[in-house]
Amino acid sequence: MPEERVVGIDLGTTNSLVAYMEGSQPVVIPGVDGSNLVPSIVALDPIDPASPSPSRATVTVGNSARRALIENPERAIYSVKRLMGRGLEDVQEELKLFPFLLAADIEPGEVLRIRLGEMQFTPPEISAYILRQLKRNAERYFGAPVTKAVITVPAYFNDAQRQATRDAGRMAGLDVLRLVNEPTAAALAYGLDRAKEGIIAVYDLGGGTFDISILKLDDGIFEVIATNGDTHLGGDDIDNLLLAVALDEIRNEHGVDLRQQPDAIQALRKAVIEAKITLSSEPSAKLDIELPDGDRYQREIPRDIYEQLIQPVIDRTAGPCRQAIADAGIKPEQIEELVLVGGSTRIPAVRTLVDQIFELSARGKKPHTELNPDEVVALGAAVQASILAGSSTTTDELLLLDVTPLSLGIEALGGVVARIIQRNSTIPASATEHFTTGVDGQTNVAIHVLQGERELAADCRSLARFDLKGIPPMPAGLPRIEVKFLIDANGILQVTAREQRSGLEAKIEVKPTYGLTDEQVETMILDSFDNAESDFEARQIIEARLEAETILAAVEKAPAHAAWQLISDQEKAAIEAARLHLEAIKPSDDLKAIRDATSALDKATQNFAEKMMDAAVSGAMRGKTMQTAGEELNTAEIHAPHVFAPAEFE
Amino acid sequence: MSTTLTTSAPAVCWACSAVLGGSALLCPNCGKVQLVPAADYFQVFALERALTLDTSTLEREFHRLSRRLHPDRFARATTEEQQWSLANTALLNDAYRTLRDPIQRTEYLLKLEGLKIGEEHAGKGKSADRQPPADLLEEVFELNMQLEEMRMNQKMGESDSVLLSDLNKAKNRFENLLAEVDTDLAAQGAEWDAGSSDVRQKAANTMATLLDRRRYLRNLLRGVNAVLSNPTA
Repeated sequence: MPEERVVGIDLGTTNSLVAYMEGSQPVVIPGVDGSNLVPSIVALDPIDPASPSPSRATVTVGNSARRALIENPERAIYSVKRLMGRGLEDVQEELKLFPFLLAADIEPGEVLRIRLGEMQFTPPEISAYILRQLKRNAERYFGAPVTKAVITVPAYFNDAQRQATRDAGRMAGLDVLRLVNEPTAAALAYGLDRAKEGIIAVYDLGGGTFDISILKLDDGIFEVIATNGDTHLGGDDIDNLLLAVALDEIRNEHGVDLRQQPDAIQALRKAVIEAKITLSSEPSAKLDIELPDGDRYQREIPRDIYEQLIQPVIDRTAGPCRQAIADAGIKPEQIEELVLVGGSTRIPAVRTLVDQIFELSARGKKPHTELNPDEVVALGAAVQASILAGSSTTTDELLLLDVTPLSLGIEALGGVVARIIQRNSTIPASATEHFTTGVDGQTNVAIHVLQGERELAADCRSLARFDLKGIPPMPAGLPRIEVKFLIDANGILQVTAREQRSGLEAKIEVKPTYGLTDEQVETMILDSFDNAESDFEARQIIEARLEAETILAAVEKAPAHAAWQLISDQEKAAIEAARLHLEAIKPSDDLKAIRDATSALDKATQNFAEKMMDAAVSGAMRGKTMQTAGEELNTAEIHAPHVFAPAEFE
Repeated sequence: MSTTLTTSAPAVCWACSAVLGGSALLCPNCGKVQLVPAADYFQVFALERALTLDTSTLEREFHRLSRRLHPDRFARATTEEQQWSLANTALLNDAYRTLRDPIQRTEYLLKLEGLKIGEEHAGKGKSADRQPPADLLEEVFELNMQLEEMRMNQKMGESDSVLLSDLNKAKNRFENLLAEVDTDLAAQGAEWDAGSSDVRQKAANTMATLLDRRRYLRNLLRGVNAVLSNPTA
């Protein structure tokens, strides 16, 4: 039996992807709808009272969840990555701008719970549904179970955000072999087919996060020398800005305040995202939407006004870039190549800023954009997966040496932070500290671990508080407790301790701040049966039937389409025959027969699908089939990662 | 920071029973990762304790060892080997980070030699790097007066070009002093490397004092730069 494949996953704010190493090339695995991007949207289907187990909610993910966002906004969620590993007081700003409904009874320090319809989910659970969808896409593609993955995270993610991501993987039934930083993954994807040497920088502006990493490449070793970023900066912020402008204008000029109407806000958000994408290639864009009162809101946005408006958002990336360059101890002109990652780097004003900071055109250089900025991180994750699996000679000699983005410290007397591991230290990294007691007979010592660059503990991120327990009673100052802090290759902290005089191993209870305990994670595992072979086959059949139903539904609507008149009677008859065959075979338990009948119908409708596409978008996307046409029509024009497709067909 | 490890070094490789060198992270015979022995940062790189070292050789060795030790290479190994790989790689990274930087390297070596450096010798009183070096007392006093005046000016929104130029002069002066310290440290380091134990003892004490002076000057300059980079300056 061949060794199990390890997949690479980009769990993005706006879109998520799964990729793997096919021979010597990483490739993205498409979903059932043929699309490489799975929008990071999770929706709870309305509960069917007739269902045998009504308590178990049905969850949809990706393009099919997109509809719910407008129709049932209180049952759908997007951009959940912004909430990963965060507490109530961290997210107050997000709550003003995103329609997250949180449970009313969240305590400070507790993991957030998001309300979806009548249920509540933690951010890792929502992410787990997205991961499960990607896992299934990969399993469908391979025809075999997938249980091991590399998942990417923003380089600037802190310990809690990383732990939350790893927990999500576990809940989705994935053994997360490694968390890889997104910009580093992108560097791997680019560095694969060229034996590059020298210093490169990766500028990664995605939907919700910004990272800058500077790496030194040397004979297959990718050594990160500095990283910086902002985990709350991305295309979402530009959307929110445009949205706020439109909402103000509608309120001031039409006297209608839409801020309390989630469905109207979603419709407006969709329109501003389309405008943003248009403005990356056109001199102006137009907002044109029907308001709930029937009036139309129309707004022309010229590129120069738009750029003035978003400049402050884009400028926020400059500080982290300069800091990273300074931390790397280099000058901008020493950076030989610059890689652009993330959909927001399609914005011309972003490219202008990058060009200035890194003095590119002044040196006759251009940024690297050869790989699709939406896919490059997933491709790099697949490369790292292959490195870990040892499955490809292409990746044999590659090694990634990453760093911790934030300094690690412990709270000392007076609330100041004693730094024990500096930011930009290569991981794994460790530090050993000694503690003692202040009172005779004291058996506990409390330790507060923090992450961040500020001097005061109150200004840093609390990672964990734990007690060293079971210290043998001794006079004050006599015990000598050695605590070892180790940041592993995932950027996650591990702590061990021992009392040196008595030789006793001190018991440590690390209580994560805004983290879930192992026991909590266990209870949240989505499908504990996921790994069983028989269940896998059963699920394959269920999924094949769903796929069949999707295409059957599309074919039923076909005669109503204008393009139906463009195909021959012979073709119509062939489609009808294939349709009847699939209808007949669908209820059976023969996986192969269902799949064959599905692809037969798909093939029979190929010409019709092309005609339909031609009618819709001039000449785009030949060779698509009925199965993919429906979704493609909605997603074909994606230029930046965003929640909504730019144009509705119907 | 100390990295005293409580486990004792195994004499032989757990996998092939080859006899191991004093502090091998990997078996020289079969290449398997070993339970971390008590190794100091110099031993990690199989180096003698020395203050002058070639950082490009160090980097090459760091990359060579990383290729074999890194947890990425042990994703399919036993849990034990994974743990040893993690611990050894952390030790390797800590060692490389410390040894590649001349100041950290000096501080580390002096600590290994039993000297107290920086905050550690603070005891109950003021640590040595918080007190101005005796030969600079007067200059530091004057600089602090000027800094205070500059801060007042900045608060009131006034500007004094003479004061500004004085401060810039002082900044240059102290930057030069800092550079002198670095030169002296390098010279003492070379002496330590080559010297007999008597010479070493003397050089070590001198270097400890120089490190205090260096830390003091750096803090002072940080204050000057903060005032000068204030937008109202």
